Amino acid sequence: MENIVQPKPYKISEVRHETDLEYTFRFDTDIKVNHGQFLMLSIPKIGEVPISVSDQGDGWLEFTIRKVGKVTNVIFEKVAGDVMFLRGPYGNGWPMDKFQGKHLIVIAGGTGVSPVRSTLNFCARNEGFVKDVSLICGFKGCNCILFKSDLEKWQNNFKHTWLCLDNEDKEGFCRGFVTNYIKELPLNEYEDNYEIIVVGPPVMMKYVGLELIKNGFSEEKIWMSFERKMSCGVGKCGHCRIDEYYVCTDGPVFPYKIAKNLVD
Amino acid sequence: MSYRLTQNEADAVFAELLKKFDIYAPHRHVCAGRYSDDDIVKYDKVESLSDVEYKKKSDYPMKEVISPIQQALFYFTEDEYRESKVSSRPILIFARPCDINAQKIQARIYAGNGGFTDSYYERMKDRVKYILMDCEGGDDNCFCVSMHTNKTDNYSLAVKFHEDGSLFVKVKDQDFDNYFQEIKEIEFEPEFVNKNELKVTVPVIKDHETLNKLKAHPMWNEFNSRCISCGACTIACSTCTCFTTKDIIYGDNPEVGERRRIESSCQVDGYTTVAGGISYRKTAGEKMRFKMLHKFHDYKERFVDSDMCVGCGRCTARCPQFISITTTLDKMSKAIEEIEKGEV
Ligand SMILES: Cc1cc2nc3c(=O)[nH]c(=O)nc-3n(C[C@H](O)[C@H](O)[C@H](O)COP(=O)(O)OP(=O)(O)OC[C@H]3O[C@@H](n4cnc5c(N)ncnc54)[C@H](O)[C@@H]3O)c2cc1C
Ligand code: SF4
Ligand code: SF4
Ligand code: FES
Repeated sequence: MENIVQPKPYKISEVRHETDLEYTFRFDTDIKVNHGQFLMLSIPKIGEVPISVSDQGDGWLEFTIRKVGKVTNVIFEKVAGDVMFLRGPYGNGWPMDKFQGKHLIVIAGGTGVSPVRSTLNFCARNEGFVKDVSLICGFKGCNCILFKSDLEKWQNNFKHTWLCLDNEDKEGFCRGFVTNYIKELPLNEYEDNYEIIVVGPPVMMKYVGLELIKNGFSEEKIWMSFERKMSCGVGKCGHCRIDEYYVCTDGPVFPYKIAKNLVD
Repeated sequence: MSYRLTQNEADAVFAELLKKFDIYAPHRHVCAGRYSDDDIVKYDKVESLSDVEYKKKSDYPMKEVISPIQQALFYFTEDEYRESKVSSRPILIFARPCDINAQKIQARIYAGNGGFTDSYYERMKDRVKYILMDCEGGDDNCFCVSMHTNKTDNYSLAVKFHEDGSLFVKVKDQDFDNYFQEIKEIEFEPEFVNKNELKVTVPVIKDHETLNKLKAHPMWNEFNSRCISCGACTIACSTCTCFTTKDIIYGDNPEVGERRRIESSCQVDGYTTVAGGISYRKTAGEKMRFKMLHKFHDYKERFVDSDMCVGCGRCTARCPQFISITTTLDKMSKAIEEIEKGEV
């Protein structure tokens, strides 16, 4: 019988420093993932952590990791050529079939940009998959900006882009929270043919949801990605459960209709 | 077919069974309990029929045989995770109906939830057959009849112990016929408890609005001062499945070690803690609410055909703060009534 928690070794081919605290690791691997899924990354002796796929291509996957504790500290010591252990992919990912042919609106904040980066890059690389993209993307300050070269590409490729910094000024960026720019989204232009991705810290997602509804967007069309403590990723350990849902297997992406009612 | 075995015959059959099976049963550990002169009954591998404690319901659940409190998942070196191995010997477990029925509940999570089946659970479960133990009504914490877990037909043998050392046995599984060939047949059918002193009614939560109002109800505040979030209730629970995965290094060689699965509890601090110290249910009241709703609402919402409780009452018995699950359930019913009447 297959062991669903067996980690397997894969080689790191590249490490890019996004900020002092966030690095992107590229692995050589044939693991196929849906946009928005995550894997469990292991280091023997230290432990395992769930990390979203931040981009993917033929024979490689990327993860963008924030250094915050026991396991991620040790991951940050790894360099190109080193081996790490992966298992997965897990979770449902974004409903790409629902997005196809529609206006896609993406509202992402901070490290929340990682789980949606592969979707954004896919849309940028495959013109015509969605009608167009409207992106509102926010970071705390200049030192926290992730994916600088992607941001530039997205700004050029996407129909509407708002890059925001919470409380700092920088050329090309607006000032303030992402919630401030929701009212600027051209709802009429979308002709009811749109879907919305929201990812970021829990509080940010909550207020973005409320602000979208206030501005006339339909709750049926909103999708949010959740993060909770995870120990198994496969619906067994219980840590990620909220109500009757397991974030690891039923999520991490939930339709707003479900997400808005979830109380931990 | 059923038999009455004398003590000698019973011992001889047991000895024969031991040649093929690892046998587990409730076993009395003298003076190992919480208070002085307090025995503890828990599941152990047994070597003779006299090791089997059949009178007192075990303080700890049968699940420990199948989903142990701790187990090694992998042995690792710097460059390999090697799956741990277990014996392939078949297992016989002496168990009461509540404990046998609890495995249906555990299995829905370990074997299938989210589309994944856990091989560590399967490799144990596949080896197990049950010897149903006669239960004469349990103790004053039992409410199996209310939970519809008082009966089962999931057993190979059913036994009833007698004070004089003789044993009634019903053989339901043909694989065991040959152990009883020399013995005279009699009439014997296992009886099931059909009444407990304790009765509960699991309340119906009719919609999301009621659920969210129940979550916010002041009834949970009581536990902020009473419950000490020790997790003893979930460790004693026949059905709880939660665990945490931990890597452990061997002291004498820091390059090798094992990845272990260790039972964990939604009642304990840290269960939801993520990086940066953020956690999702901080107070004892919130944790209690999460446990109660899982047992008596969320699990059934997901798996439909039962609640996540077999009414064994072990949680009530093990709680150092004398928190009773049935009293808490009654309080929940009352809170729902208040919500439905618009009083809160
Ligand atoms: C579905 C999902 C996707 C994620 N994607 C990313 C990503 O793309 N990039 C990124 O940097 N981080 C991501 N995270 C968060 C990341 O898993 C945590 O930052 C990481 O587990 C912290 O581990 P640590 O050992 O370094 O920290 P510590 O604080 O030392 O954590 C100790 C243990 O707690 C657990 N833990 C701590 N925080 C979390 C958390 N937020 N979620 C789940 N378990 C946690 C882990 O089991 C870890 O081993 C994601 C989390 C989830 C649930
Ligand atoms: S919740 Fe209590 S009564 Fe129900 S199965 Fe668990 S220990 Fe037994
Ligand atoms: S209910 Fe009792 S046993 Fe359970 S965590 Fe609280 S104090 Fe401990
Ligand atoms: S992470 Fe273990 S059940 Fe979801």
